[in-house]
Amino acid sequence: MTAFLLRRLIQAAAVVLVMSLLVFLGVFAVGDPVEILISPEADQFERERAVKALGLDLPLWQQYLVFLGNALQGDLGRSFVFNEPALKLILERMPATLELAIGATIAALVIGLPLGLYAGLRPNGALSKGIMATSILGFSLPTFWVGLMLIMVFAVQLGWLPSTGRGETVTILGTRWSFLTSDGIAHLIMPALNLALFKISLVIRLTRAGVRETMLMDYVKFARAKGLSPARVTFVHVFKNILIPVVTVVGLEFGGTIAFSVVTESVFAWPGMGKLIIDSINVLDRPVMVAYLMMIVLLFITINLVVDLTYSLLDPRVRLEGKQ
Amino acid sequence: MSSTTIGAAPAAPAPKVETPFQRFVSEFAASRIALLGLVVFLAIVAIAVLAPWIAPQNPYDLAQLDIMDGRMEPGTVGGAGFTFWLGTDDQGRDMLSGIMYGLRISLMVGAGSAIIACLVGASLGMLAAYAGGRTDSLIMRLVDLQLSFPAILAALMILAFLGKGIFNVVLALVIVEWAYYARTVRGSALVERRREYIEAAQCLALPTRRIIFRHLLPNCLPPLIVVGTMQVARAIALEATLSFLGLGVPITEPSLGLLISNGYEYMLSGKYWISFYPGIALLVTIVSINLVGDQLRDVLNPRLKR
Repeated sequence: MTAFLLRRLIQAAAVVLVMSLLVFLGVFAVGDPVEILISPEADQFERERAVKALGLDLPLWQQYLVFLGNALQGDLGRSFVFNEPALKLILERMPATLELAIGATIAALVIGLPLGLYAGLRPNGALSKGIMATSILGFSLPTFWVGLMLIMVFAVQLGWLPSTGRGETVTILGTRWSFLTSDGIAHLIMPALNLALFKISLVIRLTRAGVRETMLMDYVKFARAKGLSPARVTFVHVFKNILIPVVTVVGLEFGGTIAFSVVTESVFAWPGMGKLIIDSINVLDRPVMVAYLMMIVLLFITINLVVDLTYSLLDPRVRLEGKQ
Repeated sequence: MSSTTIGAAPAAPAPKVETPFQRFVSEFAASRIALLGLVVFLAIVAIAVLAPWIAPQNPYDLAQLDIMDGRMEPGTVGGAGFTFWLGTDDQGRDMLSGIMYGLRISLMVGAGSAIIACLVGASLGMLAAYAGGRTDSLIMRLVDLQLSFPAILAALMILAFLGKGIFNVVLALVIVEWAYYARTVRGSALVERRREYIEAAQCLALPTRRIIFRHLLPNCLPPLIVVGTMQVARAIALEATLSFLGLGVPITEPSLGLLISNGYEYMLSGKYWISFYPGIALLVTIVSINLVGDQLRDVLNPRLKR
């Protein structure tokens, strides 16, 4: 197990290194950093001094090492626009994105599980067919357009919900949260639902497939033969067992949800990391771009690592493969 | 292929000896909804191709635009004397014409990137399956790496570095999508290459190139076609999303996503049509492709063969 863990950690570190090189080269491929970092009014002497101070006269591989060294110390450069450390900017907006992603995950489970359960218990009913047809739409509809339509109907036409922003927030432990005020919740509903759209369809399909499979199992037949009420069989015997795969997949999707919040945050002007990165790309604020990309790479590597480790704990075949 | 599919469908019943293609056509036509999807998709392609001749207005020709016609509601008659059935945008552009021209760009980017990604991915997948060993594990590692990152993030990253432009969008979509094709082709090629006909071809001492292209590849095509169809829909949706975020196509060549994005600021003042109708066009395109792809998967899946 230790050898497996070690091997996976080394692999993960190698991927981070490769990605940092790609990001570094990508950023330097875009344009001359001198043009952006140094004010155009600077004279020749000032320019040369600044180039030296920033280490831009060094060969590229040395610059990369400096970048790597700084990155290891948590220094990913300063934003040109906000003149603050890029990492700090991103960490400041992270709670908003996490709040949105968690809200979407909860929405997906709360809406998807009952619908999937119903569709699985009555696979031939008209309502079930309707649920399944709608779930195909959930996979095909472009998220951003659904977001616009939600704004159009619920904010503009009906005026029930606010269209953009985060609303009133409460500060706990130095970070601001929306979900503790009623105004904040009102602002959270539409973005969270929008981000949850794809996951709702996923949960419906998983739950339906799981229910249909589990209903044929011997222990379910036995429970029914014992004369237990249908409600008890459904919720205690069937539901508990399908919950495990559903929760696993939804957990795995969490990284994807954070990635996709880029779109939802832009539609609803939700002040999270995703909105920050889009704004930064549009004004070419490179340090923020680099910092965001490195954070996301790290996040995904961590998620993949945790998944692999969990699988190896659950499935001895994966664990033993390394010993051969 | 597509036009013959429609023409052949009514003629299909009760032939004595069915060719594989006829059987494929009649099996595909068994699902009314898939047939409808195909018809709608072909209509969309026709509209996109014929846009310069059938659109009421050329939305790129500034001489035809009148700023006085800006933000008109659907159904109003403009200064030039024709009716704007789907309204106009802020520049006085007819939305119907804008959508027809936008479809051209969306379909071109979607299909173009899918074809290139298919060529790249299928070649690499075939190479991985045939060469095996180190080549195989290197290519499959790359595939795993690519698939573990969400498509939207990878595309965002590439476009952030490359900048806007149709070519860059196609490039980003190819980089994001090749892995799906590679994995599909490798999977089926690994199964096929153990079959007797490949062994026979090898015993005949045919050159490897011939075995791969004439024997192995045609038998790996069915799953590739299914994945390809679905990926075109995905590519169109992804392009629209990127353009909506302002990272996709340039403003001079507006795709459906960019049209929707242009209408975003007017949405809050109740001028819904600038975003609404391009979105409907996008939705209909994606759903019709997915319907066709769904049915293709059922028809081409050997496990479901009776």
